[in-house]
Amino acid sequence: MQSILKIVLQRLGLGIVTLFVVSIVIFVAVNSLPGDFAQAILGQGATPESIATIRRDLGLDQPLILRYFIWLKGMLTFDLGTSFAQLNFANFGGAGTTTVAEQIAPRLSNTMFLASVTACIAVPLAVTLGVLAALYRNTAFDKAANMFTLSSISSPEFFMAYVLILFFAVLNPIFPSLSNIYDGMPFSERLEKSMLPALTLTLVVTAHMMRMTRAAIISLLASPYIEMARLKGLSPMRVIIVHALPNALAPIINVIALNLAYLITGVVVVEVVFVYPGIGQLFVDSVKIRDIPVVQACCLIFAAAYILLNLTADILSIISNPRLRHPK
Amino acid sequence: MYGISRRGLLQSGVAAGVLAATGLPLRAKTRGGKFTAGLSGANTSDSWDARTHSDIYMIASAQGAVFDSLTEVAADGSLVGELAESWEASSDAKTWTFNLRQGVTFHNGKSFGADDMIESLQMHLGEDSKSAAKPIVESIVEMTKITEHQVQLTLVAGNADLPYLLSDYHILMYPAGQIEEAIAQGIGTGLYKVTAFDPGVRMTATRYADHYKGDSAGYFDDIEYIAINDNTARMNALMTGAVDAINRIDFKTESLLRANPALRIQEVSGNQHYIFPMLTNVAPFGDVNVRRALKYGLDRQEMVDKILQGHGTVGNDSPIGPANQYYNADMDQLEFDPDKSKFYLREAGLDSLDIDLSASNAAFEGAVDAAQLFQASASQGGININVVQEPADGYWSNVWMNKPFCASYWSGRATEDWMFATAYEEAAPWNDSQWDSSDSSRFQELLLTARAELDSDKRREQYFEMQQILRDDGGVLLPMFANSVQAVNNRISSPETIGGVWQMDNARMAERWSVA
Repeated sequence: MQSILKIVLQRLGLGIVTLFVVSIVIFVAVNSLPGDFAQAILGQGATPESIATIRRDLGLDQPLILRYFIWLKGMLTFDLGTSFAQLNFANFGGAGTTTVAEQIAPRLSNTMFLASVTACIAVPLAVTLGVLAALYRNTAFDKAANMFTLSSISSPEFFMAYVLILFFAVLNPIFPSLSNIYDGMPFSERLEKSMLPALTLTLVVTAHMMRMTRAAIISLLASPYIEMARLKGLSPMRVIIVHALPNALAPIINVIALNLAYLITGVVVVEVVFVYPGIGQLFVDSVKIRDIPVVQACCLIFAAAYILLNLTADILSIISNPRLRHPK
Repeated sequence: MYGISRRGLLQSGVAAGVLAATGLPLRAKTRGGKFTAGLSGANTSDSWDARTHSDIYMIASAQGAVFDSLTEVAADGSLVGELAESWEASSDAKTWTFNLRQGVTFHNGKSFGADDMIESLQMHLGEDSKSAAKPIVESIVEMTKITEHQVQLTLVAGNADLPYLLSDYHILMYPAGQIEEAIAQGIGTGLYKVTAFDPGVRMTATRYADHYKGDSAGYFDDIEYIAINDNTARMNALMTGAVDAINRIDFKTESLLRANPALRIQEVSGNQHYIFPMLTNVAPFGDVNVRRALKYGLDRQEMVDKILQGHGTVGNDSPIGPANQYYNADMDQLEFDPDKSKFYLREAGLDSLDIDLSASNAAFEGAVDAAQLFQASASQGGININVVQEPADGYWSNVWMNKPFCASYWSGRATEDWMFATAYEEAAPWNDSQWDSSDSSRFQELLLTARAELDSDKRREQYFEMQQILRDDGGVLLPMFANSVQAVNNRISSPETIGGVWQMDNARMAERWSVA
């Protein structure tokens, strides 16, 4: 167990370094886009004076490096800062401002909700399909399942979203096409409204997990201990579930974790199509107006989600593999 | 009171007051029900601070539902009183007295009076003010409270349009001494009281029971405005019945909406126009003959057909459209005529002309295509246009008013003076053709005279002449006026006349529409 702890600490340390690098890359990238917050927010109404006023108020006239370190200093004390939009309008009317953290929290929880709903559908579905495909490999079922999942992963997300809207919202009005969930909405309604985006994401992530499950199991089926199990006269289903699956868990968990991370970071397009008020929409809005504190915070959350889920995947695969759990 | 017949300005102001006071319904309409609209132009940074408002979502939520202004542009384009019951001007249009409506309360119970008006105007002032209405309010040098419900405003110079200017969506009435609170919570005197507001996501409001407009407006029990910036998502929401109305329909899929019997499309010709401004202080655009050559190189009808897909009308290089009161319809329409282009080029002493035209779809939808159409038509008259596609980000700061020739748009203004003062007055910050007295001193002179002119006939004459000057010599090519096109579910009834100053019935659908 000591080695696991060591690995966790090592990986967490590396994760923090990664986050640091990500923050620099994002900061430089967003700042090198044409236009800045002052220009974006004023649009056609911009005058050189008003742009200068906003830049001065927000500190955008400071050198880039200085601004980065000011932001980093806040970050080290877990202060994500205040969005430019809020700051700009605050000295406008003096109304109370909300910090980036307060702005992101409800959006992130919406995205997490969508990710959980999707995971609850996609993971069991993918693993079951994978096991069945391994069991009935090279049959019509296997081919059909492969073809369906591969074609859904190969189409762009917005296309799958529109296909689902066409079939489940326009032709057969079962689910709403508008997923405008809000605070205080009853759980059942929330679930119903999130169904189409969840199904879209399911179609996108299922193929990867299913193919990996199938491949991992099939590669084990040639090993001697499976041969032994078969010779004992066990049923093919039992061979796969009890004997093959536990050994195939490591790669499957890895792929599942990767896809779960995608459910948090890759939802931007789906959220825009379904008008789902998650972090993806907030991210798009913020990039549009060059609201760097919000963009930075969103990117760090995305990066952290990837790092943590990958770490979890590694730990779970170590735990699921006795050889890694007890290294010589 | 002076007899200004500017769209029955004073009379209608008084008349609206009488109607509201007697509680006489203008037309029997069904009360009750809920109205849901899907609107674009929403942002996470939205707030109830009207000084920051710039797009339909917040304009419809604030001025259209939760707050009131002093005056209001009715659907037919006339000006009526909202919180101001009536007003009168001195003979030089320099001093204005506003009589405020009595018995009006804010949603927190505070009653509305002169102090609220003065403080709500003053919030646009100040050294650091970034309010878009600052130029309007700055022209007021003195605000005097005469009684609890009467305020006198003194202007720097006469302006016959002041009551119109006060209908601007940036100038809303907030409760004095509680402005911060009102901005945080959305406390206005409007027909609907906010129940939930999630910036960039949704806004819900419920009918305010004791509203002074009584039975004459605000027919829904509840309204919900959902932020849908994505065009396709907005169309989907309407098609599936998730919302009752949407703004800005996508012309590409318009036929699908038309085929749906449960929906109807509203098309209103407003003052929004698409332009190609030239900086008249930069060669070769300083030469009036070069400008004239370009005016005849533009195939305006083709642009209306191809860029607006027919949803608009041709422009005549004057920003005053059919929706304005003093629209000069008698001017000869500028037509595409390559021979005249060549003629004016020769007048300018040129055989051919090579120029760059900067465009981006940030200027208007289809601006790059429009520039290419222009390139093709102008080449027949010996003008070689090189279309430079600019990035959409930072377009307004880096290209517009910086590059000598580019694409742009104006949403139009309710009055002639407002439009000219914004984009054609000498030294105005948004004068995108650098149009000044070196180009036409007559124009600048007329602009100032007409502003203070209370006689409608004289004013008409002056504005007609100004439009003619812009048509003949102006530095802005204005090929088209764009209609605003929106769609509504037949569950909702809307009056026959729909306002065209802004999309969605001047953003006042919550006030004027009802359940069918």
